[in-house]
Amino acid sequence: MAVCVAVIAKENYPLYIRSSPTENELKFHYMVHTSLDVVDEKISAMGKALVDQRELYLGLLYPTEDHKVYGYVTNSKVKFVMVVDSSNTALRDNEIRSMFRKLHSSYTDVMCNPFYNPGDRIQSRAFDSMVTSMMVQVC
Amino acid sequence: WKTKQEMADEALFLLLHNEMVSGVYKSAEQGEVENGRCITKLENMGFRVGQGLIERFTKDTARFKDELDIMKFICKDFWTTVFKKQIDNLRTNHQGIYVLQDNKFRLLTQMSAGKQYLEHASKYLAFTCGLIRGGLSNLGIKSIVTAEVSSMPACKFQVMIQKL
Repeated sequence: MAVCVAVIAKENYPLYIRSSPTENELKFHYMVHTSLDVVDEKISAMGKALVDQRELYLGLLYPTEDHKVYGYVTNSKVKFVMVVDSSNTALRDNEIRSMFRKLHSSYTDVMCNPFYNPGDRIQSRAFDSMVTSMMVQVC
Repeated sequence: WKTKQEMADEALFLLLHNEMVSGVYKSAEQGEVENGRCITKLENMGFRVGQGLIERFTKDTARFKDELDIMKFICKDFWTTVFKKQIDNLRTNHQGIYVLQDNKFRLLTQMSAGKQYLEHASKYLAFTCGLIRGGLSNLGIKSIVTAEVSSMPACKFQVMIQKL
């Protein structure tokens, strides 16, 4: 369960960003923004790194005191960033991977929607509800 | 041998594409045929389709190593999925120009086996040029794609990578 999910275009502006709970939204926006540098670093270090350079999933980008930030970059250079609560130790790596796969699948569907113009903010309700299903529910 | 499903899929795209071209030309306004506006419309359609297709096709593939890797993908996997065959020949000057040769381009095989109807060929290539340009654009490559035919159904697509 994520506390923040973001989709960033290849030009590094947000196509979609949502956090829960919605107070402290700015803090999450800032976290996602900082993580972009880490993403770029990981991609350019591909050649020498131990990370499998052919994989789309980037793994843990960086941890903070209360949160962990994970990243994923598609072949179309769109970045997905996910922030989870550090105290959520039950969340395992392959669960995060599958959350990213779901995001990627939904994003692909958005791309194929005739009412979506590539580069615009994502306004699809279907995408919204998919993201809701993977975010922490706040009553 | 092709299954009935494969034949149906191929025929569907081919016939739909033919209708699209004639649709664009039939609804063309004054001067649009001569000034190339119709060709641009078809190319733009291809562009948007290419963007969406590439997103779908690269969803489960590994990350591309470099530009040549991407061009090879276009010539093999992409071309096969759309046109049920690979590009027959890929040439490059290693300085951003690629020539993709298809000796039996699926959208032209039903048209002629030589020079008949040659003057109309460009109309039926515009969409595919856009398809390539749109696909590359979504992979982060800006390009200009043109096509030329001297004898159907063979044709060449020229891709010029724009260095930003």
